[in-house]
Amino acid sequence: MSGVNASGWRPTMKEAGGEGTGAPTASGDRALMLEEPLIFELGSEGKCGVDLDTPARKPASGLAKFLRKAAPALPGLTEPETVRHYTRLSRQNYGIDLGPFPLGSCTMKHNPRLNEKMARLPGFADVHPLQPQKTIEGALEVIEQLADWLIKLTGMASVAMSPKAGAHGELCGLLCIRAALDARGESRDIVLVPESAHGTNPATAAFAGFKVQSIPATPDGRVDLEALKAKLGPDVAGVMITNPNTCGLFEPDMKAIADAVHAVGGYVYCDGANFNAIVGRVRPGDLGVDAMHINLHKTFSTPHGGGGPGAGPVVLSEALAPYAPLPFVTRGADGAIHLVEEENRGEGHQSAFGRMVAFHGQMGMFTRALTYILSHGNDGLKQVAEDAVLNANYILRSCDDLLEAPFGKSGPCMHEALFSDAGLADGLSTLDIAKGLIDEGFHPMTVYFPLVVKGAMLVEPTETESKAGLDRFIGSLRSLAERAKAGDESLHEAPFFAPRRRLDETRAARKPVLVWKDASAES
Amino acid sequence: MRYLPLTDTDRADMLGVIGAASVDDLFCDVPEAARLDGPIEGLPGHASEMAVERHMSRLAAKNLNAEAAPFFLGAGAYRHHVPASVDHLIQRGEFLTAYTPYQPEIAQGTLQVLFEFQTQVAQLFGTDIANASMYDGSTACWEAILMAARVTKKGKAVLSGGLHPHYGEVVRTMAKFTKDDIVSLAPELSAEPDDAAVIAAIDEGTASVVVQYPDIMGRIPDLAAIAEAAHAAKALLIVVVTEPVALGMIEAPGNLGADIVVGEGQSIGVGLQFGGPYLGLFGCREKFVRQMPGRLCGETVDAEGKRGFVLTLSTREQHIRREKATSNICTNSGLCALAFSIHMTLLGGEGLAGLAAVNHDRAQALVERLTQIPGVSLLNDAYFNEATLVLPAEAREVVRELAERSVLGGVSLGRLFPAETALHKGLLVAATETVTDEDIETFARELAAVLEGAAA
Repeated sequence: MSGVNASGWRPTMKEAGGEGTGAPTASGDRALMLEEPLIFELGSEGKCGVDLDTPARKPASGLAKFLRKAAPALPGLTEPETVRHYTRLSRQNYGIDLGPFPLGSCTMKHNPRLNEKMARLPGFADVHPLQPQKTIEGALEVIEQLADWLIKLTGMASVAMSPKAGAHGELCGLLCIRAALDARGESRDIVLVPESAHGTNPATAAFAGFKVQSIPATPDGRVDLEALKAKLGPDVAGVMITNPNTCGLFEPDMKAIADAVHAVGGYVYCDGANFNAIVGRVRPGDLGVDAMHINLHKTFSTPHGGGGPGAGPVVLSEALAPYAPLPFVTRGADGAIHLVEEENRGEGHQSAFGRMVAFHGQMGMFTRALTYILSHGNDGLKQVAEDAVLNANYILRSCDDLLEAPFGKSGPCMHEALFSDAGLADGLSTLDIAKGLIDEGFHPMTVYFPLVVKGAMLVEPTETESKAGLDRFIGSLRSLAERAKAGDESLHEAPFFAPRRRLDETRAARKPVLVWKDASAES
Repeated sequence: MRYLPLTDTDRADMLGVIGAASVDDLFCDVPEAARLDGPIEGLPGHASEMAVERHMSRLAAKNLNAEAAPFFLGAGAYRHHVPASVDHLIQRGEFLTAYTPYQPEIAQGTLQVLFEFQTQVAQLFGTDIANASMYDGSTACWEAILMAARVTKKGKAVLSGGLHPHYGEVVRTMAKFTKDDIVSLAPELSAEPDDAAVIAAIDEGTASVVVQYPDIMGRIPDLAAIAEAAHAAKALLIVVVTEPVALGMIEAPGNLGADIVVGEGQSIGVGLQFGGPYLGLFGCREKFVRQMPGRLCGETVDAEGKRGFVLTLSTREQHIRREKATSNICTNSGLCALAFSIHMTLLGGEGLAGLAAVNHDRAQALVERLTQIPGVSLLNDAYFNEATLVLPAEAREVVRELAERSVLGGVSLGRLFPAETALHKGLLVAATETVTDEDIETFARELAAVLEGAAA
């Protein structure tokens, strides 16, 4: 039978499941819906998709005692087999190129291909991080230009470019705070984190050696200013606020919070993951922020590739700027751009707290982000924020008669609309709506987050969705809400039409299978 | 504004549905003093695709790229040929523009790749399991030290002097804040790696011993001996691999007693990219799985019994346990992992061994030729594709001079270890399959000329 291989695996035949699905096929495939084995089941010995030269020399004698006994037991595939394997796998994935990807707090927007083209210019892609400075002036200029935009858009004093992702940027910001406190000879060890903050915030604060104290949210989804003020004191190193917050709301008391924290000698960290909602309209520096990371993929459209890479530059106030980690790029009095690292950290750079990564950060993301920023310009970025906020409010107001909107009365939302599963028929929940959306051809929204709302559904359309596209999404969401309110139990079984039905996550966690093992070899 | 699909009519209609008079009303929660009305000073307006392309191309042209010059740099980032199909496949929109696979039913492509990637890394490293990638080798190294501290409930890490100095710097930076005790051995310009000093530094309080393989000067430590000493003190051996192609030729660290193996995966499929994004590799023994940082993909079945894959063991992660999380990481390097996995699939185990043999051959050709130059000697006999040459002059200056002559001639140990003057005549040179005999000849000719100039 075709599809059977040495390990005995073959695509599972679907036995006339679902209505109108037709007869099973011998291959297990269904026209354009193709099953795909693992490379370990496809490959065989002696195959290779790369032509290699034959070495003229034997291994040097000094190497003899270190030689590997056998080559790694990995299958090789020829080039056509490889191309087909990954092309077939790609078709089992949803990406923003296929349709809306309305993950709240994750900001999945159109990824312009110009960004990709520019990042692949040999002058950027084929350059080593340790080349002599005179041979990388263009790369340093990219960093400097991007830094300049980030500083001006945020109204801050400087920016640390090297953090590899948003959470890494959070860590960088907190370490700057710690370094500044050390320089003041103070050992403050409490960081206040509101409930409405991103889940990484408390993890980061703990990781950086701080004690975390939680600040409750008010009934309208904002930081409880009075509760926060009550916690302020000489032990407080600072506060970590996500603004706009994870409920999709702007924190109107931000400046008051910052003033209160500064008054007791603390610093204000802002999680800038949602900067796309306010870019060009609000400068965090004007609100009293001391440090804020910017997820380049969220605000400036670098592709996220199934979970990364990200990039998390951190903008800093004057108070924290001297402590930014190495390496960094600076424009000298002579107008030339210099890379400052261990070998040339001169006067003025002595207080840098160290190094967070081996090289200079996510250069490939910097070129993409700069390309996008230049394409949009100052005017376009402002429009980005406005359209993102407009789209989110359009969804909020188009569905809040059917779906409970916990903070719908608190005024407009920012870039994301928050609903909950309150009001659905017994037994039907957020998860059922999410899986139903898959059958409708949409990626679901973020589910069960933020934690302050039970059964949360956080929808972020972004600015790159058209009104017609939003109307289609709203139509599907409303239809699902109506079915769930009417108690349509079939939603428990959704998705019906995805490459896989509901997956057993408990089984995966209980007895983890994390690598492929050759079943035929073990039996 | 070619990326924005709303028309002014759409905007007006939508404001009508919302019940707002203007878009400004949607920003009413922003205190008036903080609202910006006009454009931000000093920043230009939008530009056409053609104009942006021209601007970026001009910046790119200011760099000397590796293709345009004989190129011999390594030190944790290596130039290898990446087959064209790798870059083509990672640019498929379904891979490129997907997010973290939170909805596994429509993310099986990413998830199956991650499962295959985990298996490839575990096989390569000789470890039981591997995770679905981390930011890069240096951050993976620090996470491994933290993990070893959790496993052993001790807090001291011994770092070999052969560890990449930037990795060491990342570790020391982070440890300043977590209060872990880091013992960093000094690097020495000697033929043998510092195995004996590493072993001597291990005591009962040691949680982990961190050794790079091959090390920053291209030497190859005796992992079995260090593992034995570490295990005798109930410490874990962490092995750092910055050039995974080497493992096509030399024994896998997991097979020599390593408990955790971390590495930089950039060599396979990713490319130089001026330092990032790179790919953190992380493998370990199965019994440590619940202490392992980063994302994991596991096999399971769906409601119809079909095999499928999901992210798993996320209870360790920040979005569940917040301040109790074992790490704050919430991004992996998924697209780079995909590139690695595709390239590795094209190679297979035998292809990797073949690629390694070609790399070693090229390095031997390079060393043979350069050591013919008067005053230039080889530090270490046992090397893979990178070795340290000892020059009769400061290597930092020599590298700069070579660049003036359009030769990218390695990395000076002085740049890597500015404070260690005893190392400053060391030049780290790497050769991969991309290096031709002609490149080597040009390098040798220019190096000889630079050294003659320095002597004169």
